[in-house]
Amino acid sequence: MSRHQLDARNLLCPLPVIRTQDRVATLAPGDVLEVLCTDPGALNDIPAWCRLNGHRVLETRREGRDIVLLVEVGEEGR
Amino acid sequence: MSKQRKAVALVSGGLDSMLAAKVVQEQGIRVEGINFFTGFCVEGHTHAIREKDRSRPKRNNALWVAEQLGMKLHIIDISADYKDVVLNPKHGYGANLNPCLDCKIFMVHRALEWMEANGFDFIVTGEVVGQRPKSQRADTMPVVARESGAEDRLLRPLCAKNLPPTLPEREGWVERERLYDFSGRSRKPQMALAAALGLKEYAQPAGGCCFLTDEHYSAKLADLWRARGERDYDLDDIMLLKVGRHLRPRPHFKLIIGREEGENNFLEGYRRRFIHLRTLGHTGPLVLVDGKVDRDDLELAARIAARYGQGRDAAAVEVQVEDPEGVLGAVLTVAPLPPHEVPESWHV
Ligand code: SF4
Repeated sequence: MSRHQLDARNLLCPLPVIRTQDRVATLAPGDVLEVLCTDPGALNDIPAWCRLNGHRVLETRREGRDIVLLVEVGEEGR
Repeated sequence: MSKQRKAVALVSGGLDSMLAAKVVQEQGIRVEGINFFTGFCVEGHTHAIREKDRSRPKRNNALWVAEQLGMKLHIIDISADYKDVVLNPKHGYGANLNPCLDCKIFMVHRALEWMEANGFDFIVTGEVVGQRPKSQRADTMPVVARESGAEDRLLRPLCAKNLPPTLPEREGWVERERLYDFSGRSRKPQMALAAALGLKEYAQPAGGCCFLTDEHYSAKLADLWRARGERDYDLDDIMLLKVGRHLRPRPHFKLIIGREEGENNFLEGYRRRFIHLRTLGHTGPLVLVDGKVDRDDLELAARIAARYGQGRDAAAVEVQVEDPEGVLGAVLTVAPLPPHEVPESWHV
């Protein structure tokens, strides 16, 4: 299991989801990806994308203007 | 037991593509969705930025549809290759800068590539004969199938009965009898089918699925091309066209003026690319300057920035001017431009 970071700040939805999706595709199950973004739409879109594709959002929090989501890569993936 | 057939459905987030995918699912086909990001998609974007749209759901409709139907969704960024479709549409534009027919051909072609790479059997779209003036006419349906290369692996479940049988129908993967014969612009058959399939909630995009069908947006894009003397754009250009008030006081420069906090925050992200102005001492917008400017231009830009801030009625307002590198921080003291000196023709 390893930890990774993705900077999707100043990108508008659906770009943060697309970047998350493309990054997750390169990771292994159990890996955790920390996604930084600023578009509040990502608070809906990234969890929705995770539910559809079998990944888990471990945490969402705000850090100033940034939104941080922790995504744990699921078994299935593709 | 027969082989489990798999279809990839183009999902826009609207009702038609949702119904098309659902109809095929109902026939026992495993369906996965594909959604293309062109850079012009109406999805989320401005809603997420503008306060006035905060009350609206900020969800991505394509993802939402996929969840409703219990299918996977792949969102694919085609924005780079899509540029050629926008700049050189072989079949021309619709009412605005929307190259719908070329766009459909391109998307179905990309879906075909995805289908082949992932071992799927056919492609599903929500197209309906006669629904859109140009891209969904009876005579353009075969054009999409042919020029995309998908040929008879392209199934349009909502109007399949008006078209020759496709491979999935001939092979018996789907029953033609359980497909539909919708045509024309009426939305009633779709709404009835949604009800019959138990779909109670769905998005109703007005007009097209992207900003290119929007008259104002197209005007801003055309203005950008005119000003630069070439038809070209990058992703930042087309994002910025969705945000703020755009004013072109002189042919060689344009101002992008945040209309509220959300937009100002978004424009902040572009400080490294543009000369930018903000008022000091009074609350005001962040203003980006797009173009090459001299001292007089900056003075005018500062007066305009002041006009859109809280200090608009003050005799003099201090405006900070910064270049992208953040090294040249000049402060200009200017008189806000009176509203009547901002002619309508400046508004892009
Ligand atoms: S409205 Fe936009 S996305 Fe939809 S077909 Fe036309 S050009 Fe393509």
